[in-house]
Amino acid sequence: MNFEFSDEQNLLREQALGFLQDNCPPAAVRAILDGDAAYDEALWRKIAELGWTATVVPERYGGIGLSYLELCVIAEELGRAVAPVPFSSSVYLAGEAILMAGSEAQKEKWLPKLAAGEAIGTFALGEGPGQPTPTNLATASNGESISGVKMPVADGDVADLAVVVAQADTGDGASLFLADLGGVAREPVRTLDPTRSHARLAFDSAAAEPLGAPGEGWALTQRLLNRAAVLFAWEQVGGAAAALEMAKEYAMQRYAFGRPIASYQAIKHKLAHAYVKNTLARANCYYGAWALNTDAADLAAAAATARVSATQAYYYASKENIQTHGGMGFTWEFDCQFHYRRSKLLSVNIGSEATWQDRLISAIEQSNAAARQ
Amino acid sequence: MDFNDSAAEAAFREEARSWLEANAPSHDELDGLDDIAAAKLWQKRKYDAGWACIRWPEEYGGRGASAIEQVIWNQEEGKFATPGGVFAIGQGMAAPTLMAWASEEHKRKHLPPLASGEHIWCQLFSEPAGGSDLAALRTRAEKDGDEWVINGQKIWTSGAHYSDYGIIVLRTDPTVPKHKGLSYFFLDMKSPGIEIRPIKQISGGANFNEVYFTDVRVPDNQRLGAVGQGWQVALTTLMNERMAIGGGGGGVGFRQVFDLAHTVEIDGAPAIEDKNVRAKLATWYAQETGLKYTGYRALTALSKGATPGPENSIGKLVAASKTQDMASFAMDLLELSGAISDPDYAVAHGAFQATFMGAPGGRIAGGSDEIMLNILAERVLGLPQDVRVDKGIPFNEVPTGR
Repeated sequence: MNFEFSDEQNLLREQALGFLQDNCPPAAVRAILDGDAAYDEALWRKIAELGWTATVVPERYGGIGLSYLELCVIAEELGRAVAPVPFSSSVYLAGEAILMAGSEAQKEKWLPKLAAGEAIGTFALGEGPGQPTPTNLATASNGESISGVKMPVADGDVADLAVVVAQADTGDGASLFLADLGGVAREPVRTLDPTRSHARLAFDSAAAEPLGAPGEGWALTQRLLNRAAVLFAWEQVGGAAAALEMAKEYAMQRYAFGRPIASYQAIKHKLAHAYVKNTLARANCYYGAWALNTDAADLAAAAATARVSATQAYYYASKENIQTHGGMGFTWEFDCQFHYRRSKLLSVNIGSEATWQDRLISAIEQSNAAARQ
Repeated sequence: MDFNDSAAEAAFREEARSWLEANAPSHDELDGLDDIAAAKLWQKRKYDAGWACIRWPEEYGGRGASAIEQVIWNQEEGKFATPGGVFAIGQGMAAPTLMAWASEEHKRKHLPPLASGEHIWCQLFSEPAGGSDLAALRTRAEKDGDEWVINGQKIWTSGAHYSDYGIIVLRTDPTVPKHKGLSYFFLDMKSPGIEIRPIKQISGGANFNEVYFTDVRVPDNQRLGAVGQGWQVALTTLMNERMAIGGGGGGVGFRQVFDLAHTVEIDGAPAIEDKNVRAKLATWYAQETGLKYTGYRALTALSKGATPGPENSIGKLVAASKTQDMASFAMDLLELSGAISDPDYAVAHGAFQATFMGAPGGRIAGGSDEIMLNILAERVLGLPQDVRVDKGIPFNEVPTGR
């Protein structure tokens, strides 16, 4: 057993950390928060030049063909930097969906563009408040085109293509479609994290081709979400580490009653609790990374476990970071808000904490049932 | 990153498994033996076959196995219901301290009987005036020729009444600041002048003791480390204590409550279908696996030559509260029956109720939750220590409150 990243992977981590410190400092995040740009295009171009968008795409589709462990390393650093780029939508969701279910022609058409960062992809699932299910999806297909409204779609305002989940009257009740967003009506939707843009996509007999077999869309969606959950969890763990680090640095230099507030147990214990949550989440993410990379039989449980603990850790670290900063943490001027916003966004982006808790127990039930047979 | 056994690891696992299958004690064999006799029987059998304390060097009774092999052994032994527990302090805390600080002669004399289960050791650290503030301990040792004379009182000493030896920290110089006036010894628990009184716990058990020392004599050559270096030696023991306790998977865990939730109902349906039950179980499961995989990470570091650091304090901190909360939740699932602790009537023979009553001890023993949080904050995160009004003051001038 070897439960650690390799030296090469750790070197990649150092490079990614250094690159993002230079190219995605807090000022760059703030520029997107305060400005009108949907994302940091200059950063996105550099990320594509580094090949991060091509990490797990096979070489025959213009990718680098590295493992998911490398992608997890990159995800953690993007999370730490609160990077304002459409990486998760394009790489963990759209790219993965095409890799998973795409025809040879679809892979040849889209993967090289996604790998090069020339095209941005996204995943359009939710349509309204509450958990999406095959029965409450209104988006439907007539075989050649799709109609329906998806909202909110992360990066939907800037994406070139979307993997769309639509209802189906066969199989598991849903089908996936690949839609070129060129002619689709879309409007930006403000979310609580303006550093990651979202949109309302209105498909009106929009051209779309099936991705995977009709009536297998719900199973594919679950599989896609399990895989993406590991990568989202790594972003969350990176963000949680950064939030704890911020709180620590502030507590060390802020004095009250003649001593650093970091010397008071009320603060120390708060930060120690954050450290504990972060450590447990990170360990679960390690296992999730391994399960993702090897497509392990217990990937569903491993992904949900990583996701649940990472969601809890980032939420705790981000809110207690504000608390540690006191009134200053509540000001627009301070960067504490970056993590508070991003932690909540990441926690609902691909399903809430409660959803993933439920999925975790379901995965354990299923593996127990399988073991009994 | 690779979770699968290497060829060598797989071979080791197979060797361990087949030995365990052939040698693990049967229920009949242990029937009628008390806990100590049962534990000694199994420990001696392992020792004779070279399966006791396998990470220790062979000359001290071990097998010279790697950290990974130790984990594999633990996993395989864990599949059998084998007796143990009474050796945890001796093998898990006293032995690593002896290995780090004792003379070669002492190591060769005392480590093999620890490995074989012939000798049981206890830990004499805490005192009525020195618990979380352990270095405030007052039991004194005064030099008399080649011996030291001990007077005072220790408390919370698990298993003192059946132990052969004890490790002890004593105040050898009250005129210097508290950490500098301590020395560390080991002693024969049958020495004249030792009086042991059991303490009844809220769980009903009485494994803890008060231990009184009246002119107890210990030879100077049973001192570990220099005079005045006792605190440093004690830290070796304490770090191993957190590892020894932290790994403990005892009490109520995910599996027990998950199973229980299939047998009781909420609103006419199995409790496991209730979303709130599922949410709580998922969080506990994630904590359990988080601890397990944190352990794997520590192990990987260990196998690459790193030494275990203060980050290992999280194991006990998380596990103790988790087991308390899970026992409490399990009793809630039982509704009115949750109160029954009578093993003849209670679900799972009263395991949830017993854990509920035992769990508060787990959150205090081996460093309270609050001390663990301080350790993580100060030694892992690097936050400053709290203001210490006794800092730099000779111990005998420190305010004591009485």
